[in-house]
Amino acid sequence: MKNRTPVLEGSHITVRFGDGCPYCREHTELEKGRCPVCRTIWAVRDVSFRLYEGEILGIVGESGSGKSTLLKTLYFDQPATSGDCRIARYHDGQKNIFDTSSQQKRYLRNHLMGMVYQNPILGLRMKISAGANVAEKLIAAGNRNAGSMIGRTEELLQHVEISLDRLRDQPRYFSGGMQQRVQISKATANNPPILFLDEVTTGLDLSVQAKVLDLIRSIQKELGIAMMIVSHDLSVIRMMSDRTMVMLGGRVVEEGLTDQIMEDPMHAYTQTLVNSLL
Amino acid sequence: MISVQNLSKEFVIHIRKDAHINGFDSISFDVKPSELFAITGPSGCGKSSLLKSIYRTYTPTGGKVIYTCADGSKIDLASADPCDIIELRNTEIGYVSQFFSVIPRVSAMDILISAQTSRGVHAKQARERAEEYLSKVGIAPKLWDMYPATFSGGEKQRLNIVNALITRPRLLLLDEPTASLDAKSKEWVMSLILDLKAQGTAMIGVFHDQIAIETLADKRFDMRTRSLVPIGYDLPIDEGMLQEEEAI
Repeated sequence: MKNRTPVLEGSHITVRFGDGCPYCREHTELEKGRCPVCRTIWAVRDVSFRLYEGEILGIVGESGSGKSTLLKTLYFDQPATSGDCRIARYHDGQKNIFDTSSQQKRYLRNHLMGMVYQNPILGLRMKISAGANVAEKLIAAGNRNAGSMIGRTEELLQHVEISLDRLRDQPRYFSGGMQQRVQISKATANNPPILFLDEVTTGLDLSVQAKVLDLIRSIQKELGIAMMIVSHDLSVIRMMSDRTMVMLGGRVVEEGLTDQIMEDPMHAYTQTLVNSLL
Repeated sequence: MISVQNLSKEFVIHIRKDAHINGFDSISFDVKPSELFAITGPSGCGKSSLLKSIYRTYTPTGGKVIYTCADGSKIDLASADPCDIIELRNTEIGYVSQFFSVIPRVSAMDILISAQTSRGVHAKQARERAEEYLSKVGIAPKLWDMYPATFSGGEKQRLNIVNALITRPRLLLLDEPTASLDAKSKEWVMSLILDLKAQGTAMIGVFHDQIAIETLADKRFDMRTRSLVPIGYDLPIDEGMLQEEEAI
């Protein structure tokens, strides 16, 4: 089979809240990732993964398993305690993105990555218009031509089925599903090769959830963006992802083909998770 | 094209006090291009588990599945990297499951077009071929742009089969493809399978239906005896297996 180059590769990523102690440095299987001796939280512990072009990698796990922290670390919302992460399109994958300056991190966020948060407040500015929210991302990537920006903003918002007469409305007056769609258009404004999706359908009603997921699928198919999607909802992961990682207590306990994870789970936790499906 | 060597699968159910369940044990056989290899045996003997282990929905616990790719390279499906498996599923290996499952809210026509265009077929040609296949299995044109969720069981199964056949895979795994079909639909589907077989596709299929076995199969493998048996051969009833079946 052909050699593939991952668009994003993380190695031994650890995010720790606290200094740690000899006990928790030695014992990796801590309940909920919390050290019983020094109370340090190992939110993400020694996680390695590869994300390939055009694929969707699902991450499942219970609340507090570290899946959202992992995404936030990759998007620089949260500093990594240790580890290495490389992007194929950044210095040909030769540079650890965690070791770059804040200016370079801004460049990476604006050109090579996009993030859609569970809570739209984190991804949108609620007191400026929907159009300005999207345009802000274009400006951050160096776009200075007002005409082309307006055209691109309209195109992006129409693509996520936000009618143009809402372009000047502030997102705080939008429904939850609409806010998520504006977030998606903002996150994909600069055609990034990598998109992170953190529990994007949690809290939305079923029909809106379906619409958002269908939109993500169509964007992924059209643009070939590689995506990492975090969800505690196995149905979402089953529908969306090709491969899946299962996280527990900050660690990846199982990974594989999504259908294999769903039908032949190996780890006790994954078996419990799959058996909890309604 | 594919060589299954001492393949075994055991399930360990941690949430049931680490119970060990034997799926199947030490299965070996070879399948050539243009050959349909039928797997038979009573319910619960591991036929579907064997297919799923070849497709890697299940992770085999022992043995190898050596598959010769279109470029002539060989790969062990039992231990291959998941990304290689995804690539092969997208290009060379098809699977017809016992139960229909597709992406929701996508019309029958779009499912078939997308299956082909993702393999490089031009959209216009993909639509024409989709229309041809849907007609061949008797799905009425008024249903072509409907969501399969609204289809009857038989229509769903025919679409499921067409979805796998239309991409003309090199290896096709069939899990009781004709089980829920009426006589006419069975005939349509068997004709499509024979067409594809004639074009060189190797097939491994699980069947209960004697007519389908006799019409389609070149070889028949019995899971109880773990050996090849004559296609029309009616195996003696194994009392132990019957009891197991009743228990299931």
